[in-house]
Amino acid sequence: MKPAPFSYLRVNDLVEAFDLLEDYGADARILSGGQSLIPTLNLRLSAPSLLIDIGGLASLRGVEARGEQIRIGALTRHVDVERSPLIATHLPLISQAMPHVAHAAIRNRGTIGGSLALADPAAELPACMLALNATMVIASKKGERKVPASEFFKGLYATALEPNEILVYIDIPATHGGERYYFNEFARRHGDYALVGIAAMCEFIANQPRDLRLVFFGCGDRPLRASQTEAAVLQTGLTSPQLEKTITTAIGRDLDPQADLHASSSTRLHLASVLARRSIASFLNS
Amino acid sequence: MGDITEAVDARTHLVDFLRDALGLTGSHVGCEHGVCGACTVKVDGIIVRGCLVLAAQLEGASVQTIEGLTESGEFSDLQDAFVEANALQCGFCTPGMVMCASELLDTAPTTDRLKIREHLSGNYCRCTGYQSIINAVASVAQRRLAANPEHDATTERAR
Amino acid sequence: MKHSASERLVGSPIRRPKARQLVAGRGRYTDDLRPQGLLHAAFVRSQYAHAKVLAVNTRSASALAGVVKIFLADDLLRVCRPWTTKFSQVPEHRSAPQPPLAHGTAFWQGQPIAIVLARSRAIAEDAAALVEVDYEPLIAVASGAAALADHSPLIHPSLGSNILFEKKLRSGEPETVFRQAPTVVRRSMRFPRLTGVPLESRSIIADFDPTQKTLTLHASTQVPHQMRSVFAAQLGLDESRVRVIVPDVGGGFGIKLHTYDDEVAVAASSLLLGRPVKFISDRFEAFVSDNHARAHSADAALALDQDGKFLAFSTVDVMEAGAFSTYPRSSVLEGMQAINQVGAPYDAAAFDAHLRIVFQNKPHTGSYRGVGQPIGCAVTELLVESAARLMSIDPAELRRRNYRNAAQSGPVTLSGVDLGGELSQEACLDKLLALMDYPQLRREQALAREQGKYLGVGFASFIEATATGPMFYGSSKVPIAASDGCSLRLEPGGTVSCITSAQFQGQGLEVALAQIVADAITIPFEAVTIVHGDTAVTPMGGGSYASRGLTIAGEAAMLAAVALRQNILNAAAELLEAAASDLELHTGRVEVAGTDRSISLAEVAFAMHYCQHLMPPGASTDPMVTRHHASRRSFLVANGIQASMVEVDPESGFVRLLRHWVVDDCGKIVNPMLADEQIRGAVIQGIGAALFEECAYDDQGQMLAATMADYLVPMAADMPDVEIGHVETPVTDTLLGTKGVGEAGIVGASASVANAINDALAPFGAEVFHLPVTPEKILRALGKIT
Repeated sequence: MKPAPFSYLRVNDLVEAFDLLEDYGADARILSGGQSLIPTLNLRLSAPSLLIDIGGLASLRGVEARGEQIRIGALTRHVDVERSPLIATHLPLISQAMPHVAHAAIRNRGTIGGSLALADPAAELPACMLALNATMVIASKKGERKVPASEFFKGLYATALEPNEILVYIDIPATHGGERYYFNEFARRHGDYALVGIAAMCEFIANQPRDLRLVFFGCGDRPLRASQTEAAVLQTGLTSPQLEKTITTAIGRDLDPQADLHASSSTRLHLASVLARRSIASFLNS
Repeated sequence: MGDITEAVDARTHLVDFLRDALGLTGSHVGCEHGVCGACTVKVDGIIVRGCLVLAAQLEGASVQTIEGLTESGEFSDLQDAFVEANALQCGFCTPGMVMCASELLDTAPTTDRLKIREHLSGNYCRCTGYQSIINAVASVAQRRLAANPEHDATTERAR
Repeated sequence: MKHSASERLVGSPIRRPKARQLVAGRGRYTDDLRPQGLLHAAFVRSQYAHAKVLAVNTRSASALAGVVKIFLADDLLRVCRPWTTKFSQVPEHRSAPQPPLAHGTAFWQGQPIAIVLARSRAIAEDAAALVEVDYEPLIAVASGAAALADHSPLIHPSLGSNILFEKKLRSGEPETVFRQAPTVVRRSMRFPRLTGVPLESRSIIADFDPTQKTLTLHASTQVPHQMRSVFAAQLGLDESRVRVIVPDVGGGFGIKLHTYDDEVAVAASSLLLGRPVKFISDRFEAFVSDNHARAHSADAALALDQDGKFLAFSTVDVMEAGAFSTYPRSSVLEGMQAINQVGAPYDAAAFDAHLRIVFQNKPHTGSYRGVGQPIGCAVTELLVESAARLMSIDPAELRRRNYRNAAQSGPVTLSGVDLGGELSQEACLDKLLALMDYPQLRREQALAREQGKYLGVGFASFIEATATGPMFYGSSKVPIAASDGCSLRLEPGGTVSCITSAQFQGQGLEVALAQIVADAITIPFEAVTIVHGDTAVTPMGGGSYASRGLTIAGEAAMLAAVALRQNILNAAAELLEAAASDLELHTGRVEVAGTDRSISLAEVAFAMHYCQHLMPPGASTDPMVTRHHASRRSFLVANGIQASMVEVDPESGFVRLLRHWVVDDCGKIVNPMLADEQIRGAVIQGIGAALFEECAYDDQGQMLAATMADYLVPMAADMPDVEIGHVETPVTDTLLGTKGVGEAGIVGASASVANAINDALAPFGAEVFHLPVTPEKILRALGKIT
């Protein structure tokens, strides 16, 4: 299908973008990589009257270390995140996740900011942000504000971004060596959106698990931390023979996954518990 | 083709622009949802889905299509391998498939069949069942690596 | 690639010169053509599966800049008649008249209601979005059970039934046999609705010249001559005034065999406007307008004696059609082959089948690659391996014990299918087991089980009807040719133009034909040029369906080549002053045997064209000959066997495809590379049907999987390599000796994968008989979820 007609403007700086957003409101959409937006336009699922192309804003692109944090510009392409040595060293969970993100041609244009702003509940990166306690840096005419990942993903395709705001950076605490990471997903075919996925981390101090984060995607309207499961696992102990039962019991309290064409709620819940167990096994084997 | 200047409707995506405005019909439209890969072309040297890029976004960009890259001979060894391996039947997926394979061979050449399959997993082919395509790409990788063994991406580096 | 004409080309894996063109992006598909004055079509399609169309308001749509015209059913019916699928030999088959646009009632979600003609496709779509349709929704009949239920509405009240076709087959005393058998395996199987998804969607340009009253269609079709007949008839034009030209076709798989209302609407619009009109189906509309297929619920059973000998097969099959029987081929064959093929590889004493094909408020079904045979095979082979597990008999051994023995039981199956010549099932099985190293695989499997890994090995024997004869369509007065024709024109320079009615979809048939002709005339491969795809130029023929291209068109080419050879020898005899019977033609020269007198083919050709005064009176020296060929049999039976090895993760239900094998007997092979590649592509399609593909509908007839993100086609990362072997039992009553091979892969692949999965699950006592076999279904079978 061809998109409904729209106007297109390429901005040279954020101020131009903010002015346009003010004028057009919900009738305008920000265009970064376009890999999520353009399919919806092609299918006429959305029909904005203006696309604001921020792709030229070079200052929003790139990965840099800032003290204990890694700052990723929102316009950084997936392929650059995938190949970034800084991210491989300091944010290995993200490096594990990137090969699961769509396919090469999509990763060559799609941006991390675009993916996070869309907030598809089955997407990999929002879950990673939650697992890594990332902070979203949001800009508007009024200036910048910061929103932690735990408050950023609000629901189905819904984020904390107001209509006149743009996500500009993501700040993520770098690993300090004691963490073990596990990323995996069940997808029907390689590169598909996940049926269920996990972005998990466990910090070991003196060989004892201290901080456990199990973040699921594809299991609800947004990425979700299974906090009751985390607590139950830590209490039961990672090596306990009761581990599987503990997980299965607790996870039903954390997650109430949607049913759709590809999987029922109970299938998703079951797959989530499998992933949880595999993450623990992986932490023990690292 | 050299420099192009055209006025274009904002909503025209790249592959329609190439086909309709420039008569470059070698790139094909298969789905317009960004899923089948038939429209794969190169923008600024890297592969993209032509249906997921607006022509208007490409001010100042360089675009390479199957026609141009055939003329330049950039991946003639890959095209020869496709013919030799019968890695195509109806040919509709082929320009996109060749584009996608060429990027793998340029950036991370490997003879590992599973890795080749994974890289090509975003390009739909209904005719061949993929095996002959993998054969073609693997044979080119083998020949190129024999000439430049230090580029071999077969063993895992990161992950 | 140069071949000396003294090497036999037939039997060689010659590469396709056409591939060079396609790999350079120089293919010319229908959408690549841009005639002057072209208008683009888009359709307003029904949102409801079943609804009265009370009113259609096109006022604001028509006012949009760039819109030229919007037509509704009444406009097109001025120049176009509705069509009704009929088979004179099968009067119990029912269908209703179908119009080019919905006329008062919409019968499926996606049926076109209005056609918009505009300067561009984008503008046509903008206008289509502005068309207001006033619907009165009706109850949709959206499942087999719903169609048969007493309280359900009739989709076509005038037909008095929702049953499009019903058939019962019976042989022996099945009730008695099932009642008395020591072992009976009964299973309920479901095979989902599928569609072909050729990457190039349906494409047509219709160009009516009002001054000549001629209609030229450029179309991505598998059947140009059928298209010509149908469009001429529906639009009231003489056949001779309709021309169908086929550019490169980006895949067909049976989807492009049928008459589509939207394509007829395009032609009718061109008639009314006197301008060329182009319609390229987009992917989104393709899912709700392309022909669908399969969609069977089969309750099947196999009775065995205590030694594992098959006693009886039975199947009760309800198959979904659409709202109309597909035109002109009908939706019947999909159903008939699904029951005809049940038990076909085996001997048994009794057989019972009951088929009901029911109307649905959904797109048409019929004739996707394999046409019902994958179902017949799967019903049989899933039962066979279920029985093997139950009785602890090795599944390969169980088959061997039961393969039909034509010497004993004759060539006709219990379902009444005449299989003709000998099958080679044991030979294929032997070859397969060696190719796979079967005992080694079972050892690997046992070892893996000890380590908590679940591998599975499954088989599927298949029998396949290829290259159908004229008894089916022609004798039922349906204008579909079972023949093909070939004209060979010897050019003055000694090369040959081969003008064939064969239709290509990428199989490489043009290479095989050139191999045949070049060998027969002893000229190099490159000296044969193929001309095809134009009904004004080529002989008439059936086109590309039922795995017939090489077997029928190739035979016609061979017959023409033999005749042309004779004409060449007649001419050469005169020029060499010898008897034609003393002449030998090889490596492009005609020699008088036992002497050093010879003449080049080019010299003979020159004389045949320009020196008729030197030609002998009486004997034919025409430089161009035409021959047609049709099979005398209902079909040529091919057979084969497939096997699959998978790993099932019982924790997640996910399946990994490890290996796949096919041993096929398609008679003599002209080009082994092309034959094997046909098998591979078809196997992967069959795997798609086993694991991934489904046109899912809700109970209101709304299509749920209407994009390529939801309809899951096989992609490269998840597919195995396919190892192939052949047995060659040539056909003895043709020159070529070939049988069809294009569908062999898809006929057996779903069954062998499903069997492999059930073999992997055997330690858990779990089985799945509902395709696609998804992780969810496996988890449910394992009791891991409810």
